[in-house]
Amino acid sequence: MSDMSVSALSNAQYDGSVQVADTGLRGMITLRGDLADKGLAKAVKAATGLGVPKQRQVLTKGSNGVAWMSPDELLIMVPYSAATQTAADLQLALSGQHALAANVSDARAVFRIAGAGCREVIAKLAPVDMASDKFAPGTIRRTRIAQIAAAFWMVDEETVELVCFRSVAQYAFDILVQAAKNGPVDFHLPKS
Amino acid sequence: MLILECPYCGVSGEETEFHAGGEAHITRASVGDDDQAFETYLFMRKNPKGVHFERWQHAYGCGKWFHAARCTMTLEVFGTYSAQTFTPPKALLAEIAKKRSGFEFEGGAS
Repeated sequence: MSDMSVSALSNAQYDGSVQVADTGLRGMITLRGDLADKGLAKAVKAATGLGVPKQRQVLTKGSNGVAWMSPDELLIMVPYSAATQTAADLQLALSGQHALAANVSDARAVFRIAGAGCREVIAKLAPVDMASDKFAPGTIRRTRIAQIAAAFWMVDEETVELVCFRSVAQYAFDILVQAAKNGPVDFHLPKS
Repeated sequence: MLILECPYCGVSGEETEFHAGGEAHITRASVGDDDQAFETYLFMRKNPKGVHFERWQHAYGCGKWFHAARCTMTLEVFGTYSAQTFTPPKALLAEIAKKRSGFEFEGGAS
């Protein structure tokens, strides 16, 4: 696309004990099809260098990623500038089978929640058990945060990445900041 | 508060993550059926105090529909299972029968 493209909140950032930041644009492709199909696995490998994730798994390598969204849906993450081409390549590679690759980059907003209390920020908003033995890095969870749909996963023990619809980006940022503001309640802090 | 397990995600979620879709295993009236059959299909629903089979959608998750068996009185969830079936799995029915004496699956709307 053109260099006019900007992320929903233009890299807005909140710095507290937990940092909440709009990560900027990210290329995202929704891929629907038969996840057990070898052709699909090959196409995903060609697009990202990664395999097909298992149930609720998210795989990442550099700026590329593949996340399991449902039994017939994957989220492919690539650099923003590569998304249009990657979606076209995927669709071409899957021609002839019942599959769809759609570039949804401009429909999404991505946030990074970083800091020792990141588990608690999420736990305040989503009906998800964020205890470290229940939710580990490498797992994706599609759920809601307060009143909106969102998906998140942990990059490492102190970083969460969260995806939501671009149209509700401001709401998502505001509630994440609000949840981060009041500081930790020392419930899900990493064991030191 | 119900805790349901989505059979597609394997996620145990609380009910705000899901959307209730009403009674399950309803027989659809079709072309050629009389008005009585359509009335039954459209309006007649069970309202039991006890075991109830329902459809649920994992609205904030994978988006898939599935079935759940629960007790309307105690809110105990007996189990969830795939949407691609006309009847509950036998193992689940046996388990419910063990917990609720005299329980028998009646199928669609009566």
